[in-house]
Amino acid sequence: MEIVLVGLNHRSAPVEVREKVSFTNDQARQAAEELRSRGILSETLVLSTCNRSEVYGVPPESSRETAAALSNYLSNFHSVQLELLSPSLYHHYDRHAVRHLFRVASGLDSMMLGESEILGQVREAYRVAYDQGATGPVLNRLFQGALEVGKRVRTETELGTRPMSAASAGVKLAERIFGKLQERTALVLGAGMISEQVVAQLRDREIVRLFVMNRSLDRAEHLAHEYSGKVIPWDDWESALILPDVIVSSVSSEEPVLKRAVLEKAMASRGNRPLFVMDLGMPRNVEPAAAGLYNFYLYNIDDLTQIVQQNRSARESEVPRAETIVDEHVGKFLTWQASVELIGIVEALRHKLKAERAAFIRERAERIPGLTVAQREQVESLIDELLEKMLLDPARRLQGEKDLRRKIQQVEAIRELFLPDRERP
Amino acid sequence: MNHLFFLLTLAAYVGSFAAYIGYLVSGRDWSGRLGSLLLAGGLIAHYFALLVRARGLHTVPYHDLSGSMSLFGWLLALTYLSLEMFHRQRSVGAFVLPFVLAFFAVSQIAPADRLAAPPATGVIFAFHVTLSILAYAAFGLSCVLSVIYLAEQRLLHKHRVGDVVWRLPSLDLLDRMSQSSVLLGLISIGIGTALGFVWVDRLTGAVWHYDPKYVVTLLVLVAYAFYLRLARNPTWRGARASQLCIFNFAIVIFSFTVVNLFFSHAHRYF
Repeated sequence: MEIVLVGLNHRSAPVEVREKVSFTNDQARQAAEELRSRGILSETLVLSTCNRSEVYGVPPESSRETAAALSNYLSNFHSVQLELLSPSLYHHYDRHAVRHLFRVASGLDSMMLGESEILGQVREAYRVAYDQGATGPVLNRLFQGALEVGKRVRTETELGTRPMSAASAGVKLAERIFGKLQERTALVLGAGMISEQVVAQLRDREIVRLFVMNRSLDRAEHLAHEYSGKVIPWDDWESALILPDVIVSSVSSEEPVLKRAVLEKAMASRGNRPLFVMDLGMPRNVEPAAAGLYNFYLYNIDDLTQIVQQNRSARESEVPRAETIVDEHVGKFLTWQASVELIGIVEALRHKLKAERAAFIRERAERIPGLTVAQREQVESLIDELLEKMLLDPARRLQGEKDLRRKIQQVEAIRELFLPDRERP
Repeated sequence: MNHLFFLLTLAAYVGSFAAYIGYLVSGRDWSGRLGSLLLAGGLIAHYFALLVRARGLHTVPYHDLSGSMSLFGWLLALTYLSLEMFHRQRSVGAFVLPFVLAFFAVSQIAPADRLAAPPATGVIFAFHVTLSILAYAAFGLSCVLSVIYLAEQRLLHKHRVGDVVWRLPSLDLLDRMSQSSVLLGLISIGIGTALGFVWVDRLTGAVWHYDPKYVVTLLVLVAYAFYLRLARNPTWRGARASQLCIFNFAIVIFSFTVVNLFFSHAHRYF
């Protein structure tokens, strides 16, 4: 009942390799099916994101051989030479595999520390494998544990709370001023890539109205259409600045697009309602002197980048707390795993001892003259009772104990002693 | 018995303050929840401390500085906890608890009269006093919220977005919390003042007896009603309304101290 993991991620492989071994959902299903039908794994789950491709499994036999078989399989499945793939692949077993997955689900192994998307991706990968019937008791327990760890790390630490991109930092700052953004209006000046990132985040927060202004009308219409916004003509500044609570500006211009005088007039027209401006343009789109206006909050790209850097340090300081939660759940999982293994060992031991006892009595009973059937059954019963008391009861008692993983090794020693030829359960 | 309740209250308020600080600094949810729980425990212990005193006086404690300040601290804590539950926001606790603690601690040091029934008692009078002090507590809370608003706004303007700013309520929420608190204060002082007139009428047969406290109370009512009106106006909403709220509380302090001690005949400590 060991767990094996073979995979690669952003740390072990460059993007050129990662993109060659990524799985779509259909490919993940196909791989899971093939790995089980070929007898390489009895339980399988493929986790594939833009930063990692990993195969988790429970092999029917020794995991060392399974790891090699999995590497070969990945190489063949994606038609990538094994020599090219091997240096990027990592192999983890049991405790290390469990710990790796729990760290992945917590965002501790992500390229952007603490990012939240990975938990959804783990959940989706598990759903796909579960629906297919590719998982069994071990992987079900393992991935349910991973989802639980991910959730705990997000609720009990601040690993994922701070914004880590300029776009998300800007949106979070807007929330510091306006609270929930649902009733707010945003104006996008310049329909570039970075504006689109901010707009996507604003739409996620269900901003109620979105206006787009761009020199190129086509691009403005495209962005407005994509995010259910409205286009305002480029020269209609007076009405444009009265409406929004948030302005996202990323216009390519040598001169500031929004000068203090224009903004001062606009603020007066809007009754000095608070206005938050994210100036993402380079050179800056908003005249810096405007920052002193009443109820006017101006953040340029450097300000936002600085916040992101502060947040990165803050997130890093949360890592020990997150690791403690991960360790706690790894311990829980291993205890569960060991208790299940113990049941298997005890059952195997019982069968072995009963078989030995039957052969032993048959042989010895023939040498005892006058032993009746009833007396023989009585002796058998006594020996059974003795075996239960001496070996099986103590082994069973271990099930509920802490640190079972260590203690089970003692039971495994018993197994090795009594069942030397038997395969592991 | 009173000593036991004093110790329990003090321990709970100090613990609550520490837990709220922990929440503000670390952002750990359990710390915030512990702060609320300890505050609720402190309120219960403080209530019994006030009850023991009220039984001795046969009315709410108001006729000495000690009782009045203790009641103020209790009502401030109660108002804050209600507001916290209503707005689901715990990060302000660290700023309010020092005031609750200060009023409670000073009330124990302040000179207390002997426990003897004062000349004015009765249910209407008790409500008049309690509602008036509740109003002062609510106005005090709105003042604290306004100070936080101005501080957070300044930090956001200066781009000093540190740990605490991410955990504080948004400016919009602080504004709404302050308005809720002022609304509670206005309702309380309105009803409390009306009950005061009813009580005077029953006692003397005439509603009006000139007392400078009446004038200042009217001024407080008008000032806060003015604040509520302006706080909903886009031009005033935010920093300007917060500054006005702080100024208004200065009038309350003036009414609570100078007017009570030197000018009013019937309102010494409420």
